[in-house]
Formats: sequence, C-alpha cells, structure tokens
Amino acid sequence: MSEFWTFLSTRPTDAGWVWWLIPTVIQALAVLLTLLLAQAFLMYFDRKVWAAVQMRKGPNVVGPFGLLQSFADLFKFVFKEIIIPAGVNKVVFILAPMLTFVLALVGWAVIPVGPGLMVSDINVGILYLFAISSLGVYGVIMGGWASNSKYAFLGSLRSAAQMVSYEVSIGFVIITVLLLVGSVNLSEIVMSQSRGAGFLNWHFIPLFPMFVVFFISALAETNRPPFDLPEAESELVAGYQVEYSSTLFLMFMIGELANILLMCAMLTILFFGGWHSPIPWAPLESVPIFWFCAKIVFFFFMFAMVKAIVPRYRYDQLMRIGWKIFLPLTLSWVVLVAGVLIMFPDLAAHFQSWRN
Amino acid sequence: MSIAVFAFYVFAFAAVASALMVVASKNPVHSVLFLISAFISAAGLFVLMGAEYLAMVLVVVYVGAVAVLFLFVVMMLDVDFVEMKQGFLQYLPIGGALAAIVVVELIMVVAVWAFPSDSELALAHPSPTAAQTVSNPNGPTNIEEIGLVLYTDYIHYFQIAGIILLVAMIGAIVLTFRTRDGIKKQDPAAQVARKRDEGVELVDIPTGQGLS
Repeated sequence: MSEFWTFLSTRPTDAGWVWWLIPTVIQALAVLLTLLLAQAFLMYFDRKVWAAVQMRKGPNVVGPFGLLQSFADLFKFVFKEIIIPAGVNKVVFILAPMLTFVLALVGWAVIPVGPGLMVSDINVGILYLFAISSLGVYGVIMGGWASNSKYAFLGSLRSAAQMVSYEVSIGFVIITVLLLVGSVNLSEIVMSQSRGAGFLNWHFIPLFPMFVVFFISALAETNRPPFDLPEAESELVAGYQVEYSSTLFLMFMIGELANILLMCAMLTILFFGGWHSPIPWAPLESVPIFWFCAKIVFFFFMFAMVKAIVPRYRYDQLMRIGWKIFLPLTLSWVVLVAGVLIMFPDLAAHFQSWRN
Repeated sequence: MSIAVFAFYVFAFAAVASALMVVASKNPVHSVLFLISAFISAAGLFVLMGAEYLAMVLVVVYVGAVAVLFLFVVMMLDVDFVEMKQGFLQYLPIGGALAAIVVVELIMVVAVWAFPSDSELALAHPSPTAAQTVSNPNGPTNIEEIGLVLYTDYIHYFQIAGIILLVAMIGAIVLTFRTRDGIKKQDPAAQVARKRDEGVELVDIPTGQGLS
C-alpha cells in the first residue's frame, strides 16, 4: 500500500496538470473515505464509552451490537426535511455548516499517517493545521448570526470568544514543541521523536505540562464537554445549532467530530511520536498506520471519558483558566524551553540528534 | 496552461472580486465575510509565490483573529440601511479625490521602481553561513530566511513594533478597566486550599434532643 502511495506521490511535475490532478484526487478521496467511515464507528464508540460509564447499554439495536447505529442516524438526518426558518440570512445560513464541514476535513491533507503517507507534505504543516483550526470559529459565528435567533446568537458569541481564547495557548504550546524540533514540517516533528529510545523520546515527557494544557485546550477548542458552553442545552437549548435541521445539522455534527479527530491527530503528532511504535523494534515499527490510528483512538477514548466524567464549567471559570492560567503558563514555558536550550547546548544537540 | 498559472488567475480574480464586494455589498456582515475571502485569496497568492510562511501567518493572524473580532463588532451593530444610504452620493467627490490621489501615488512609486541587481542584493544581504542555518540539504526554509533577516538587520524595527503593540494593549486595558467595590469575587486558590476539617463538623447528637 505504501508503495502505491509513493508511486502516486512521485508524479511528474511537468507532465501537464491532468497528471498532477488525478493522483492528488485519488489520495484525497482515500483519506476522506477512510476518515468518514472511521467517524461513523468512532461516534458509536463514543456513545458506548459514555454509556458504559453511566452503566447503560448504549446503542445496541441497529445491526450486531448496534454497530450500524451511526448509519441509521445518518439516514435519519439525510431523509428529513431541511427547514429554513423565516428571517434567516439564507446564504450565510447554508454556508455555515458547509464551512465547518469542509474546514474540518481539509486539515487532514497534511496529517502524516505513516512515513510519506500524506496527501501533501508541505513545509509549514503545523502552521497550516493551526490556521485551519483557527478558521473553524467562522462556521459557528456565521451559523449563530444567520439563524436570526437569540439563543443561537448567544451560543455563537460564547463559542467564538472561547475558541479565540484557547487558540492563543494552543499556539504557544505548539511553539514549545517546535523549539525542541527545529522544524515546522509535520513529518520532521514525528521523526524527531524517534532517537532510539522509543516512547522515552516522545515529547510528552519533557513537555508534560504543555501536553496537559494542549489536551484541555483541545477540549475547549472543539467545544467538547466540559467546555461545551456553546451548546449548553440546559441554558441555550442547543446554542448555534438550534435552528438547524436535517443534513445541515448533520454537517455540523460531522464537522465537529472531524475536528475532534484532527485535535487527537495533533496530540499524537506533537507529543506521542506520530506513527512510531512505543518500543523501537523493527517488527513493531513495520506497522506505522496501526500505531497512528491506535494513538488517535486512545486520545478519542480520553475525550469520551472526560465527557462522561467531568461536569460542565461555568463560563467565567472557563475564561479564567484560558487567560489567567494557561496563557501565562504557556508563555513562561516558551521562555523556559528556549532558555534551557540555549543554556545547555548539549541538551539542544540531544533533541536535534535525529537529523544525523 | 499550467496548474500554477490557473491557480494564480483563480486567486487573483477572487481577491479582486471580493475586495470589490467588501465596499459594494449592502450588509456589513457580508462585507466582513468578503474581506475574509479576500484575505484567503491573498494567502493563496503568497503560497504561489513560495512565501508559504507569510501565507499561513496571514490566515492565522488576519483571518483567525482580526477578522473574527471585526465580525463580532459588526454583528452587534444595529445598522439602519435606509438611513445609511441617504446622502451617500454627497461624499462622492471626496472619495473620488482620495482614490485619484492614491492611484497617482501608486503610479509614481511603480514608475521609479528599479529591481536591484543580483550583485547589489548579495551585498545587502550576505548569504547565511553554515553556522547560522540549521543544516538542511534543501537550503534554508522560508521561516529560517525570515528569521535571519528579522532578528539581525531589522531587530530594532521588530522590537519597536513589539513595544508599540504592547503599549496599545496596555492602553486599551487602562481605558476600559474599572474597579468595582462591594461585589463578591471568587478566590479559586482559597477554594482549592480549603480542607475537609474547615467545612465539616462531626457532631454527636443525643437521641430525642436535636441541636440547640
């Protein structure tokens, strides 16, 4: 499979745009289909975990063990009528869920699933991911505004403020990792975590506080519980999604889930060694895709557990954590990491030793 | 037509068209959305020029932060379109004059523009030594190039810009900050430091008497 992928990636650049376009389309479709299919089962997994914590059974009717529940939901959403309420700004109203959906998927273009296994190996990969995730807020704001409803608008305002706040600390956390790696290319970030000592080389050990901050910020950035204030069904009905129905609502849902998976992938790449196995043993290293997917599922499980265990935060406390704790903490860690790397050149050389 | 040329025309057309729509559209929220589209098209043009870092920074800073705040403010505004359109044409002479001045200035700038020769460029920016660049077979990346110029030749401008931003931020906080007396405030440190002994008292109650 990886040979086929490499064959696709080594397309001739001067043979006309058709020969450039076709392999890219095949690669993009392969990633998207896998992603959307995996999402159906991860949604089911999420609900099963949640049910298990609450000692319920969870979905168990459609298909064996309820495995096809997500597909039943999909068809239910798609075959419903799209209701567009009176007084909405039609273009923006329909554009918002599409934007959320598309933005959540385009981020996957740069995710390296294995060595060389990505649609596009751009030099500024992590910045691209950061840019894409900072655009995600538009779907929420536009949806809330266009709905012409107070609840939706309040929800979207909350969400926008929340996402903008936590982006700041996510940016600083990324910078601390980049300081250790010395590159913004995602493949190089992954490769830098393989210096011969297996999982001991992964960045979550030297940067453990930053790993925790990133995980919490990822929860806030994707509007997951305990930071799901934009949706807060007890106060705002469902926040920015309240006027949406049918396929448009489905697009919001899929977009959100894809965003969560993207955050799990970022956690994997930045802190958990990407496609590398925990033990640097050749047979284990020969299945990079398995390790990558296993780590994503692990983080997704963590997201699901947090959703099941932790109660929702109050809005002012959420803002307090973001601005008064995470921002100073991450900022001082950027200074600290940079200072330590300058003060101890041997340590910096140790982190750079993957290059030779 | 190669794909890069095609992409250039798509991005260039989108940038110009959405810039036009920023001024032309009646709804201010639509204006901001078109502004965002113009920013993204400009980022696409940057990518085509090979300035991928600038493109990403443009998206992160302008689209991800600045335009979000724009959109925030504009959505809160209660604009009366009929009132806004009244007397719209009376500003035409002033606006036209401003546009003419800008066009003339731009023409003057472009007319005297001369690209420096390669030898002059090499003199102004000596290529980085091996110690300066991280060893990289493909040559220094975008970010390394910018860093080498920004933190050496232009370090003072860079720091002055930083100080100006800091002053602006402090100014905004000072202008809007107000202390209010007599409101209850949460002290999370005190809440976390609270132990069980301070909050719970175990009382032995004799049967039939209750607590006095």
